[in-house]
Amino acid sequence: MAWMSWTLPTAAFFAGIALILVAMTTWQVISPSVERRGFLPLDTTRGDRLFIGLLTSAFIHLGFVALSDVSLYIATMLCVIWMIILMRWG
Amino acid sequence: MTKVENNKAWWLVMPVFLIVAFSAIIPLMTVVNYSVQDIFDPYTRYFVGTEWFKQVMTDSRLHDALIRQFIYSFTILAIEIPLGIAVALMMPTKGRGASLALILVAIPLLIPWNVVGTIWQIFGRADIGLFGAMMAELGINYNYASEPMHAWLTVVLMDVWHWTPLVALLCYSGLRAIPEVYYQAARIDKASRWAVFRYIQLPKLTNVLIIGVLLRFMDSFMIYTEPFVLTGGGPGTSTTFLSQSLVQQAIGQFDLGPAAAFSLVYFLIILLVCWVFYTTIMNMQKDK
Repeated sequence: MAWMSWTLPTAAFFAGIALILVAMTTWQVISPSVERRGFLPLDTTRGDRLFIGLLTSAFIHLGFVALSDVSLYIATMLCVIWMIILMRWG
Repeated sequence: MTKVENNKAWWLVMPVFLIVAFSAIIPLMTVVNYSVQDIFDPYTRYFVGTEWFKQVMTDSRLHDALIRQFIYSFTILAIEIPLGIAVALMMPTKGRGASLALILVAIPLLIPWNVVGTIWQIFGRADIGLFGAMMAELGINYNYASEPMHAWLTVVLMDVWHWTPLVALLCYSGLRAIPEVYYQAARIDKASRWAVFRYIQLPKLTNVLIIGVLLRFMDSFMIYTEPFVLTGGGPGTSTTFLSQSLVQQAIGQFDLGPAAAFSLVYFLIILLVCWVFYTTIMNMQKDK
């Protein structure tokens, strides 16, 4: 695995993503998701909202990196709040 | 009646998952790892956080390449999709003519990318190429090696020539799949040619058009070989698209960290645009 040049933060990041996927799959098996419409202008399942949330979070982080020198922890916290809003009301 | 869910079929997907893991997921993870480090050799590397991302996101050369890339992709989509539909509508449906038309239309698709670049490089030259000579006869001083507009025109024409057949063939297969009864009903209603296209053919083509738009967008957004062979990214940087900037950085200068950060931004943009296209088209279909 040395050739992959792992670092602790990236390992933690992928472990987090893997955990989210496992948790979402378990949730789906226990109670299957139904398509519904929230504040987003389209019908979404839980998986769709997770994808939208992760993609927008990536762009929020990139925006913070490109446009400001503010700590990225603030971006991460904003993204967590955004994910919760999106998963619940999106 | 309760539906019995059998999830054993998932095991059959495992080989594909393993192949994708080896060919896409693990390399992508490696790129993520590279993007946060300054790598000198496999044993000497330093964690730099988001420094490369900052550098990439504020690099004006990359901004220009990104803008060029979007203009290029949307230009060729705006030409290839309507042209592909038009070609498919005009292709004969029966007899020998149909086979001949299919073969003729498919020929550009069989030619490798670098050969396409070379063909157009010669085709566009005023001294030995047909296209260049024709432009010279028309009194236009056509030179794709020194005029940015001419270089753009050649690169766009080349892509349209190379890839419109794909859209045409997709649409052709979509058109052939429309049952005859729809046309019979249209004839009974005395529908005009336009009405038949608008209310029967176009809606039935939606699915193949989704594939066509997505394939053409992704491919054109990642275009490398043809412009590289034809213009080498010039004159100046006028036809240097994203992938060429990336290759210059990764292989030319061997800046693996910034190149990895750039790859990830590139990947996210493609992912976003494809998702927007896909969702919009699927929702348009649902609303009907």
